[in-house]
Amino acid sequence: MSAPKVGNPLSGKLDAELTPLLTVSAVSKAFGGLQALSDISLQVHAGEIFGLIGPNGAGKTTLFNALTGLYSIDRGEIRLNDARLDGRPPHQVLHAGLARTFQNIRLFAEMTALENVLVGRHARTTSGVIGAVLRLPGTRREEADSCERAHALLRRVGIAQHADRLAKNLPYGDQRRLEIARALATEPSLLALDEPAAGMNKGERAALRELLLQLQADGLTLLLIEHDVKLVMGLCTRLAVLDYGVKIAEGTPDVVSCDPKVIAAYLGDEAL
Amino acid sequence: MSSVPNLNKTQPRWLVFALLALGLALLPFLVDAGLGRSWVRLLDLALLYVMLALGLNIVVGYAGLLDLGYVAFYALGAYVYAWLASPHFGLHLPFWAILPLGAALAGLFGVLLGTPTLRLRGDYLAIVTLGFGEIVRIFMNNLNAPVNITNGPQGINLIDPVRLGSFSLSQPHTLFGFTFTGIHLTYYLFLLLTLAVIFISMRLENSRIGRAWVAIREDEIAAAATGINTRNLKLLAFAMGATFGGLAGGLFASFQGFISPESFNLMESIMILCMIVLGGMGHIPGVIFGALLLTLLPEALRYTGDLQRNLLGQIYVDPADLRMLLFGVALVVVMLYRPAGLIPSARRRQEFADAKG
Repeated sequence: MSAPKVGNPLSGKLDAELTPLLTVSAVSKAFGGLQALSDISLQVHAGEIFGLIGPNGAGKTTLFNALTGLYSIDRGEIRLNDARLDGRPPHQVLHAGLARTFQNIRLFAEMTALENVLVGRHARTTSGVIGAVLRLPGTRREEADSCERAHALLRRVGIAQHADRLAKNLPYGDQRRLEIARALATEPSLLALDEPAAGMNKGERAALRELLLQLQADGLTLLLIEHDVKLVMGLCTRLAVLDYGVKIAEGTPDVVSCDPKVIAAYLGDEAL
Repeated sequence: MSSVPNLNKTQPRWLVFALLALGLALLPFLVDAGLGRSWVRLLDLALLYVMLALGLNIVVGYAGLLDLGYVAFYALGAYVYAWLASPHFGLHLPFWAILPLGAALAGLFGVLLGTPTLRLRGDYLAIVTLGFGEIVRIFMNNLNAPVNITNGPQGINLIDPVRLGSFSLSQPHTLFGFTFTGIHLTYYLFLLLTLAVIFISMRLENSRIGRAWVAIREDEIAAAATGINTRNLKLLAFAMGATFGGLAGGLFASFQGFISPESFNLMESIMILCMIVLGGMGHIPGVIFGALLLTLLPEALRYTGDLQRNLLGQIYVDPADLRMLLFGVALVVVMLYRPAGLIPSARRRQEFADAKG
């Protein structure tokens, strides 16, 4: 694994050279009278780390849930590499190549760390009941391959020593890493992380940052919801800012952090 | 993770297996000599319940879908056998054709009954499946008019025993100087099928499918977001469980020679669920133990009548009442002191230990 480059590997490229991986066009979603998302449009380009920030209740997680098929959207269109994602159930969204983690960690608590990652392999394997019962050669090969990949992923996120421990008995930071490993096991082209650094201490954050940069260096595209401004500003190629379900700004971290609308959303209008 | 208890590392595995096989082969004779013929019959029934419990374990223990109508599939398997091998319709098809047919049909009904419940969870799922179980029983009870399909509450009688050519499991056979009665031979047939069910359960537990089931049990939303088609896998769990139920039902019909809707009431579903919970949910050795215990223990408690007469001179409490009372107390005690079941899987043991500490 090559050492991650500091800074944004894409920053030198012109816009025209970038290929859009995820295209969100005018997506709206209401819960009863509450307009959670209003006409959200954004593009995530292949190879970048795209940040999604905004005050609490701005609609970031709602957008994630809409992207990954957990919520149906009222209007708009979501495309990943030209494949429509909206209206598809979560497992099909994952098959299309969009994996995610959750804000409040959702591991399979009673399964070991290794088994959690093996579940991630489900989408990319095919063996069924007959294969499992008769232990057909194809199934055995697939199972061995899955095991090998799962161990490699645990090593990669740095929790190989916990392979046989139950997920819920892992330290908090390692549970977040395990969730990332499980998502990586599905071989996504876009990984959506919902506040991966939440609740982590300083050392854990630094390690997470390294991991995310390594993943980017390996060609993975990341979509990131994060509250830690320092982490976001240092990590992301571009940012979009949501407030009350509306996208109020988009651009590089430098541009966004100077936007008066963003400052107002975070600090209140009086701050201006 | 391994579900096979590690008896002794220094001993070769095959020796353990050989001793186990010998023990299982001799068991009906030992029981016959020690406790009497009725206990061999009970042993046969106990094996049926092991199959049923392992079937329900796939639905409840692995996939975490609380199914209170499981007995419907047991009934279906039994009725299919009775229809196709009794004077009721005048059909006498061979058992090797009917058993798989009954099991497959039960599996199909597992999917049919599972489909409308896919969006339900926990208590709601339990109530709906309970309803399905009752609907099937009430159908069997009432489908004697205008066309007599099930013979209503009278049930279907004179069901063919398992028979291969002229070799029938209802007559004694002499082999190598041993006399095998019908219930002895039935034991071997049931044992063989039970071992097959155990084998399938074990293989599934540690497979891609088994892991997906457990993932759904643990967190359905995360499972879906990890690429598991929760709808299909839940239906597969219902179908697999129902198939084992249907198989046990067919065997039950051939074994008893008579079935009626009464045998398939709600209490039966609850009992099978109790076997799983008591033994250790989702853990094959626990489920087997629970099934054996809950079939054999109530029978053993019948002897409390004799005990009272010998000790106290007369019977103060009717053994039938006492039996249910002791049974209830035993259940409460187990749930208090071993909430994860009598033989819990390693992971559930850990879970309850953590909860206490």
